[in-house]
Amino acid sequence: MKMRGFQYHRPSTLDDALALLGEHGDEAKVLAGGQSLVPMMAMRLSSPGQLIDIGAVAGHDAVTEADGDVIIAARVRHATMEASEIVRSAAPLVSAAAPFIGHRAIRNRGTVCGSIAHADPAAELPAVALALDARVVLQSAKDRRVVDAADFFLGYLSTAIADGELLTEVRFPTRAKRSGWSVQEVSRRHGDFALVGTAVQIDLNGSGAVARAGIALFGVGSTPVRIAAAEALLVGHRPTAASWAEAAATVAREVDPLEDNHATSAYRRHVAGVLTRRALEQASARAKAKVKP
Amino acid sequence: MTTSHLADRASDEPDVDLQPLRFTVNGTLETLEVESRRTLAEVLREELGLTGTHLGCEHGVCGACTVIVDGDAARACLLLAVQVEGASIETIESLADGDDLHPIQEAMREHHGFQCAFCAPGFLMTLKALLDVEPAPTRDQLREELSGNLCRCTGYASILDGACAAVRAIQAGTNNA
Repeated sequence: MKMRGFQYHRPSTLDDALALLGEHGDEAKVLAGGQSLVPMMAMRLSSPGQLIDIGAVAGHDAVTEADGDVIIAARVRHATMEASEIVRSAAPLVSAAAPFIGHRAIRNRGTVCGSIAHADPAAELPAVALALDARVVLQSAKDRRVVDAADFFLGYLSTAIADGELLTEVRFPTRAKRSGWSVQEVSRRHGDFALVGTAVQIDLNGSGAVARAGIALFGVGSTPVRIAAAEALLVGHRPTAASWAEAAATVAREVDPLEDNHATSAYRRHVAGVLTRRALEQASARAKAKVKP
Repeated sequence: MTTSHLADRASDEPDVDLQPLRFTVNGTLETLEVESRRTLAEVLREELGLTGTHLGCEHGVCGACTVIVDGDAARACLLLAVQVEGASIETIESLADGDDLHPIQEAMREHHGFQCAFCAPGFLMTLKALLDVEPAPTRDQLREELSGNLCRCTGYASILDGACAAVRAIQAGTNNA
C-alpha cells in the first residue's frame, strides 16, 4: 500500500499550525499520532494535498484540571491519558476506555483529541465524550469556539470541525462525588473496533437517587448515540436491577444498528441491551461503593 | 479498451515532496532525505537496509513491524518516517551482540517460540519495550501486552512460554550482576 504524495509541514508552534490550516483550507489534514489517518492514507481512503504534522508543536501535551473540567490537550497520547492520575480520579470513564483502544503500540502514538476528531462511530472516546457532555475547543487563526459533544458528531467520520480549525483540547467534566462508570464492548478480537459498545456514567445525589445519567452507544450507527429515553428512566430513582434492566431494554429498542459482514442488525441490537445492563450494574456498584478505581 | 484512466491517475500524483530527516537508529545518527509519504518501516528497510523489521499487513493490525521509538513500542507502518525527526529508534538488529543472542531471543529459541518467525521481530521488540519499563510482568500481563502481535503459525503458547522464560532469565541476570 503506497499513499498518494502530499506536501508535508512540521510547524513548531500552534500559531504556525493554525496559519497553515487557514492557508490550505480543505486541502489540509492535521496529523497528530496518525494511527487512524496513516492507514487511511495508505489505503488511499484519504489523500490530503497538505499534511500538517503537529508532532513538533511546542506544548499542548499535558492533562490538566481547571474550572470543573479535565482538559486533555491536542498532543496528549492515549498512553499518557491512560497513566494520568488526574484522569483516573476525576474522569474515570475516560480511563476505563483506554484499555479498549487498539493495543499498547497504538496507544503509544495515537492521541485522545485525534480519536475524537476522527470520529469513528465504533471508537470508544467519541462515545465517552458524548456520555459525559464533554466539550471540544476548536481553534482557527482567527477564532476560537467551544462545541458541545452533542453538537460535534455529525455523521460517519464527520464532525463540526470547519476548514481551518484544529481541535486543540477536549474538556471532560470532573465527576460528581458519588458517581459510577463503565465501558463495555464486544469486538471480534481484543483491540479491534467494537461491534457494539457502551459508555455509561451515573451520578447519585445525597439520598442515593440518580441525579444524572449518561448512556452512549458506539458501533450502532454512523455516529455514537446518546439514548435519552433510557437515561430518563433512571433519573430520580435509586438504581436497582429492575431499573437498569428496563433502561437496557429501552436501549435495545431505540438503537437502529447497521448490518455489515461482521454482525447483523438484530445481533447488534441484542448486544447493545446486554452491554447496557452490564454497564449500569457495574456503574451502580461503583457509585454506591464510593471507591476510587 | 482504454487505459487512459490509469494515465490520469498517474498524472494526478503531486510532485515528489522530499524532506530532510535526522534520527538515530540503533545508536547511529542517520541523515537522509526521504519522500514525505514513506513510512518509517519503508525507510528502515529500503534506505537503511535494516530488513529485520518486517512488513505484514501495512495498516497497523499485525504488529510485525513493531520497533521502539524513544523507548515506546510503535508500529513502523503507522508512522511516516518524517514523524520520527530527532527520535531514537531501536530495531530488531540492535538486540543480538554479534552471534550472542539477547536473553529475550535466547529464551524464545529455547521454547521454540517461533515457527516461520515472520512475526518474530515484532514480538521481540514489543517484549523488549515492555521489559525495559516493567521487568517482572505476570503471564497474564504478558498475554495482554503481546495481544497486538499476530502469529499466523498460531504459535502463541510457545511464544508466551518464551516470553515468561525471558522474564525469568533477565531477572536472574539482574540478580547475579
